Amino acid sequence: MGELAAFMILSLVTLIPAVVVVTSSNIVRAALSLVPTFLGVTGLYVMLQAEFVAGIQVLIYAGAITVLILFVIMLTEGGTGVRTRQLNDQVPLGAMAAVWLAFVLIVIFTRTGWPTAAGVLPAYNVVAVGNAFLSDYVLIFEVTSVVLLVSLVGAIVIARRED
Amino acid sequence: MPKVLLDWFYVAVFAVVGTLMAVLPLVVVWLLAPRADLPQKTITYESGVIPFGQAWAQFNVRYYLFALVFVVFDVEVIYLYPWAVVFRQLGTFAFAEMLLFLLVLLVGLAYAWRKGALEWV
Repeated sequence: MGELAAFMILSLVTLIPAVVVVTSSNIVRAALSLVPTFLGVTGLYVMLQAEFVAGIQVLIYAGAITVLILFVIMLTEGGTGVRTRQLNDQVPLGAMAAVWLAFVLIVIFTRTGWPTAAGVLPAYNVVAVGNAFLSDYVLIFEVTSVVLLVSLVGAIVIARRED
Repeated sequence: MPKVLLDWFYVAVFAVVGTLMAVLPLVVVWLLAPRADLPQKTITYESGVIPFGQAWAQFNVRYYLFALVFVVFDVEVIYLYPWAVVFRQLGTFAFAEMLLFLLVLLVGLAYAWRKGALEWV
């Protein structure tokens, strides 16, 4: 009962701003509405006991992705009061595709047995992720830092050249 | 209720209380405070200076570097998170691994600093 209530609340937190994202004519408002959507999805991850994915969702999506989108808006030539038309004459076509997709998903959802595998999940799966990073996959872990370094240096080189 | 979900129940309580602490003062002010609608009150607050130009202007591309530096170190935090959970059990080796990881990124930070990417002009 409590789980259903939590799911309902989190779904509303996810869906209501998501509608604003695709309907608002103010592009900054649309971009900012992504944040509660991402946070709602974070709550759904928590309900699935996927804490690490939930942490990534907050840091990367609600943090980094939103900041990047806002910066892209800042850097684009615009002007106050720019109205973005989110709807065009392909609305009926898109609505039909969406209804069809929802229909297929509901059919799959009701027809599948959803068998659950035997065995128990660890209480906190971050421990498993951390152990894997620091023992079996340590080389990949260290190479990741080099990848991050390359992206940082590359971005600076490209952006400096523009000046 | 399993212990893990109980932990998250505290998080939910914290979220609700936090939201109320933000919303309640606004409601109380809306109910109690006297209001005067002056046109000056709709002006954007800019540290006491009367704002000029439009707020929604095109920014120089060099500001994008702040976003990129932020994203890189944001991703770094993702890796710090599982490390922080397990490094007590794994001991010195795990500590050295993370030190190496941070050292590589420190090179990036030094480069960004040296190139003036952190300067707000």
